[in-house]
Amino acid sequence: MTATVTSGTTRPTARQAWSSWANHHRKWIFAAPAMLFVGLLIIVPVVWTGYLSLTDAQGSVRAESEFVGIANYLQVFRDTERFWPAVLRTFTFTSGAIAAEMVLGMGIALLLWRPFKGEKWVRVAILLPLVATPVAVGMMWRLIFDPNIGFANQLLNWVGIPSQPWLSGEATALPTLMFVDVWQWTPMIVLILLAGLTSLSEEPDEAARIDGANAWQRFRFVTLPLLRSTVIVAIVLRAIDALKTFDILYATKGKGGGSFHEVETLNVYAFGLSFDYNDYGIASTVLILFFLLIIAIMWMVTYRRKGER
Amino acid sequence: MTDTVTTPAVTTPAVPKRTVPRRPHKSRAYPIFRVTILTLTVLVFIAPLIWMLVASFKTNVDIYDSSKTFFFTPTLDNYANVLGRNNYFTFIFNSSWVALWSTVLSLILGVPAAYAMSRFSMQRSAMVVLLARIIPGVSLLVPWYFIFANLRLVGGFSVLILSHMFVALPLIVYLMMSFFDSLPVELEDAAQVDGLTPIGAFLRITLPLSVPGIATASILSFIFSWNNFMFALVLSGASTKTLPVAIFNFVSYASIDWGSLMSAAVIVTVPIMVIALFTQKYIVSGLTAGATKG
Repeated sequence: MTATVTSGTTRPTARQAWSSWANHHRKWIFAAPAMLFVGLLIIVPVVWTGYLSLTDAQGSVRAESEFVGIANYLQVFRDTERFWPAVLRTFTFTSGAIAAEMVLGMGIALLLWRPFKGEKWVRVAILLPLVATPVAVGMMWRLIFDPNIGFANQLLNWVGIPSQPWLSGEATALPTLMFVDVWQWTPMIVLILLAGLTSLSEEPDEAARIDGANAWQRFRFVTLPLLRSTVIVAIVLRAIDALKTFDILYATKGKGGGSFHEVETLNVYAFGLSFDYNDYGIASTVLILFFLLIIAIMWMVTYRRKGER
Repeated sequence: MTDTVTTPAVTTPAVPKRTVPRRPHKSRAYPIFRVTILTLTVLVFIAPLIWMLVASFKTNVDIYDSSKTFFFTPTLDNYANVLGRNNYFTFIFNSSWVALWSTVLSLILGVPAAYAMSRFSMQRSAMVVLLARIIPGVSLLVPWYFIFANLRLVGGFSVLILSHMFVALPLIVYLMMSFFDSLPVELEDAAQVDGLTPIGAFLRITLPLSVPGIATASILSFIFSWNNFMFALVLSGASTKTLPVAIFNFVSYASIDWGSLMSAAVIVTVPIMVIALFTQKYIVSGLTAGATKG
């Protein structure tokens, strides 16, 4: 590419022609390689997944499969044992974790808003969970939440509360993992909201203060409305990842989301169908539905945002 | 580390001396409330990590003994076990190798693309690349596995690097687009008036000015690749296994060797945390990119 640049004046003809051609078409010369990569490695597989969802592909990836139309979709829609509970868990996990993260994140961001000594340490502390490897985080909490030797139960026992099963309980596993998600990702919300808060002008807040508004009123009627778009960005970014959470679920509960499928979300279910059971047809069906669901949620959030502006 | 936790509490008496003008709070209760809550926050975020670190220096007997929660004789056996017998140096190399190449290749593809998309407002093309962020990775794995198994590439580095680029490329395009959006076009126009071709202006003027943006994108891309678990779980072979997969394989046995598991977890998280501490500014600007634009 450097050649193209320097050629211009020294040697006319071929090089110059090439240079002017390249500069003229630079838009696509720059964008095409990335687009091609995305096209080959992402669009093709997605289309392929769409095709697989209409077949009975199973077993070996090379095995013959037959076109079965929408039979897989009908089967999945009727599946109240694995599919619908997985949908419900995906929603519970995502909405519960994000709600907690937003409330806590907003609280911490507001406390960090005005500068103070020691701020640096708080920022470092909240950055560490954020960059920690999710699988390692899963293992770490697995030890802490171990029913027999974990520190969580030791702590509870000290204050007189009986031991809890945490990750190993059928009813407690999902909430425990939501807690882990909150631990790891609240810092991200804090950072995003803090960036939003710092960019706000102080005047509206000041004006409200002079008018006699108390702290809560100023937050509720001045700061929060001004922060609206930042809050939505934070929710969208977090929702994209939370819906697809896989690492901590698989690392702590293994195949099928535990022996009662107690933490089996759509992503874990689809992964299990694909690689633990090699049931590619059904897996692709679940994935296509999952994909549509994510797009629908994203569309709803961004559409509402435009509509209300 | 424990010092870090208590510092905010210790230094608060200095609050009145601050130089930044602040509005007066009516009560003195707020600073105390703020410091208490923030100290607690720091504790909640840090304590589990310290717990992991502490457990990695304990023997399994000590881990099972609740009387030795805080007082025990530290041992390096776990690390010797993990690094020596379990070949973790290989996995460290694999993780770094894959993260490095997927980042470099994604930068080569992604930075010019982001530039074109930003300067020519290629909204739809940008949407296609960003769609990759939304797609569940599992839906790509089956077709990839099929294609790469036929090409006899599964288990090699090339497949792992390609799959990690799927994460890195959209991230880099997203970050660099918002970076180029904020970079004034006038500089390039001036360079073109002075005789540079448009591509020349990009290479000689825009790229050097983009170093902070590229640094942010590279660091985040490296971290995301290092932390990635699902792709390597399916596509890596015995010799190309990355650290997260190696750690996951630790627990497939009947009883868990907690000490070694925790030291393995420390080995995978500490390098990334050290990088994060030194590049904090870039990471924060990357994670919050686009958040305030609305």
